[in-house]
Amino acid sequence: MLRHAWRLARKDLLVEFRSRTAILSAVVFTVLVLMVFNFGRDPTAVAAVDLAPSIVWVTFTFAAMLALNRAFQLELENQALDGLLLAPVSRSSIYLGKLIANLVFVATVEGIGLPLFALFFNVRVVPVLGPLVGIIALATLGFVAVGTLFSAMTARTRFAELLLPVLLLPFMIPPLIWAVLATATLLAGRPLSEAGGWLRLLAAFDIVFVALAFVLFPATVNE
Amino acid sequence: MRLLQTGRWITVIGLALLPAVYVRAISFTPVERMQGAAQKIFYLHVPAAIWTESAMVLVGVASIFFLFLKDPRLDRFAEASAEVGIVFGSIVLTTGPIWGKPIWGTWWTWDARLTLTLLLFLMYVGYLLLRGAVTDPGLRARYAAVLGICGMCLVPFVHLSVYMFRTLHPQPIVLKPSAPSLPGSMLATLAFSFVVFTVLFVGFVTQRYALSLLREQAAPHA
Amino acid sequence: MLLADGLRHAFGAVRALDDVSFTLHPGQTLAVFGPNGAGKTTLLKVLAGLIQPRGGRARIEGGRSAVGWIGHQPQLYGQLTVWENLQFWAGLYDVPEPAFVRRERDLVARLGLQAYEHQRVRELSRGLVQRVAIARALIHDPRVLLLDEPFTGLDRTAAEEFRAVLAAQAAAGRVTVLVTHNVEEGTELATDIAFMRSGRFVDMAPRHGRGAAEIADAYRRAVSGG
Repeated sequence: MLRHAWRLARKDLLVEFRSRTAILSAVVFTVLVLMVFNFGRDPTAVAAVDLAPSIVWVTFTFAAMLALNRAFQLELENQALDGLLLAPVSRSSIYLGKLIANLVFVATVEGIGLPLFALFFNVRVVPVLGPLVGIIALATLGFVAVGTLFSAMTARTRFAELLLPVLLLPFMIPPLIWAVLATATLLAGRPLSEAGGWLRLLAAFDIVFVALAFVLFPATVNE
Repeated sequence: MRLLQTGRWITVIGLALLPAVYVRAISFTPVERMQGAAQKIFYLHVPAAIWTESAMVLVGVASIFFLFLKDPRLDRFAEASAEVGIVFGSIVLTTGPIWGKPIWGTWWTWDARLTLTLLLFLMYVGYLLLRGAVTDPGLRARYAAVLGICGMCLVPFVHLSVYMFRTLHPQPIVLKPSAPSLPGSMLATLAFSFVVFTVLFVGFVTQRYALSLLREQAAPHA
Repeated sequence: MLLADGLRHAFGAVRALDDVSFTLHPGQTLAVFGPNGAGKTTLLKVLAGLIQPRGGRARIEGGRSAVGWIGHQPQLYGQLTVWENLQFWAGLYDVPEPAFVRRERDLVARLGLQAYEHQRVRELSRGLVQRVAIARALIHDPRVLLLDEPFTGLDRTAAEEFRAVLAAQAAAGRVTVLVTHNVEEGTELATDIAFMRSGRFVDMAPRHGRGAAEIADAYRRAVSGG
C-alpha cells in the first residue's frame, strides 16, 4: 500500500510542480501577510513575539487551503479519479498518497515562510527551532488530514473553493489555538513542558483524525 | 402525516409549557445574589446548550449507523437533528451575550462554553451547506454522514480544551462530579426547563423528519 | 471469465439495471447497443467494480488488475507527458519494468503516438488524447476490456487502427464488452450482440455473421417495439 501511495504522491507533486500556480500563490500570500503585519503594527505597542504565533499560523493555514483545494480537483479534470478507483489500488492508498502530497506542499510553504517570518520580525527562532518545527508538524498534520478528507467531498460540489474552508473551519480552530498557545510559550522563552497540555491535545487530535480519515475516506469515493 | 401531527402536538405541548418555565423562573425562583435578575436567562441558556451539543452527538451516531446500514431513515434523522441543533445553538448564542452583558460588561467573550457552542454552530452550518451543495441524494447522505461523524469526534476535544482553560464562564455548578451546588428551587426550575426543552427538541425533530419524509414521497428522486 | 448474474441496481426510484445476466469467455466480444439512459454505463461500472449493485453479482477473473477501461473521459493527467502518464498507470498496476518498456513502445507505435511521446497531454488534440487513453487502458495487458463509447472523438484512421487493436486483443483471448449507441462501429468487432433498454437486456445472441445493417434493423425493432 505504501508503494502505491508514494507513486500517487509523486504524481501529484510532479503535476503541481509543472503548473506551479498553487505554490506560487501560497508563497506570495505568505510574503504579503508578513509584510502587511509588519508595517501595520506599532513596534512600541505590540512586541513581535506576542503577535508572532498568530501571524505564523494564519499564513500556514492559507497555504494549506490552497493545497487542499487543488488536491482532488486535479483528479476530476479528466476523470482520473475513476481510473484510480478502477486500478487495483486500495482506497487507503489513494488517501495516503493525497495526504503525503498535501503535506509536502504545505511543508514547503512553511519552510519558506518560517525563515521569512523570523527575518522580517526579528524573532529568534533558532534556539527553539527543534520544538517549534515539532509543533508546526503536529498541527499541520492534523488539519491537512481532515482537509484532505473533506476536499474529496467538496471537489465535486459547485462552490468547492468556498465550501471547503467553511467545512474545515471548526476543525481547524482547536488545533490552531493549541498550536498558537504552544508557539507563544516557546517564543516567550518558556520551557516546553509548560505547553505540554496543548501538545498532548495536538497529538491526540492527530491520531484520532488521521485514523478517522482513513476509515471514512472510502465512503466518500465508493458508490 | 400522522408523524407530522404527532410532532406538532409534542411541539405544542412544549411551547405551552415554555411560559410556565418563564413564570417559574421569574416569580418562583429566588434571584441569584451576585448576578441579579440577568442570571435568570441561565434557565433557557443551559438546556439549550445541552441540547445543541447532544444534537451533534445524535447526528454523529445516526451517521455511523447510516454508513453501516445504509438506511435512509437514519440520514433523515441526522438531517433533522442538525437543523434543530442549529436552532438551539442560535438560542444559546443569543441568550449568552444577553446574560453576559450585564454581568461581564461585554457582549461576547471567548469563554469556553460559548466557544464550544459557536464551533458547534459552525459545524451545523457546514453540515447543512454540504447537504445543500450535493444534488445526488445517495452521495449527499454519505457525505453528510462523514462530516457528521467528524463533527461528533471533535466535540470531546473542545471539551478538553475547555477544562484546560481559565474561563470567565461560571464554573460548572450543575454537572460537577460532586453534588450540584445550586439551591433546591433553582435546581428544580432548571430541571423543569430542561424537560421542556427536551420536549421541544423531540417535537421539532419529529416534525422536521416528517416533513422530510413527505417531501420525498411527493417528489421521488428521478 | 466474466460473469454477470442477476444484476440489479437503481438510482433512487429509477431502475438502472434489471436482472442482467450473461457469461463471457476468452475471445468473445459483446457489443451492447442501447439508447441513452438504458443503463449501459451503469452495467460497465458494475462489471468493473466501481458500483456495488443492489442485487446480483458480477465477477471478473483476475479482479481489478485484469480490467482495462476506455470511456469518453481519458483519465489522464494533462500536465504529464504521454510517457509519464503511461508509466504512472503501469506503476499502479504493478507492471514490471521490462514489460512496461516493451508494451509502451509497441502501443505507441501501433497508435501512431511516436511524435508525441514526450509532449504533455494537455497540448494534444482530442483525437490524440483518446489514442493515449487507449494506450493507457492496454498498458497493463488486461484480460478484460470495458469500453464505454470508445469511438467518440476518433477520426477515421484512428478508429481503424483502434479496431485493429481490439481485434488483435480478441484474437489473443481477451474478453471485451463494448457499449455504444452507434451500431455501425460496434458490429464488426462483436461476436455477440445485446440490445439494452431501461436496464434490461431485450435480446442477446451471437452475431452469426450478420452485418451492420441487419443488426441496426433488429436493434430498431427491439428498442422501439417489444
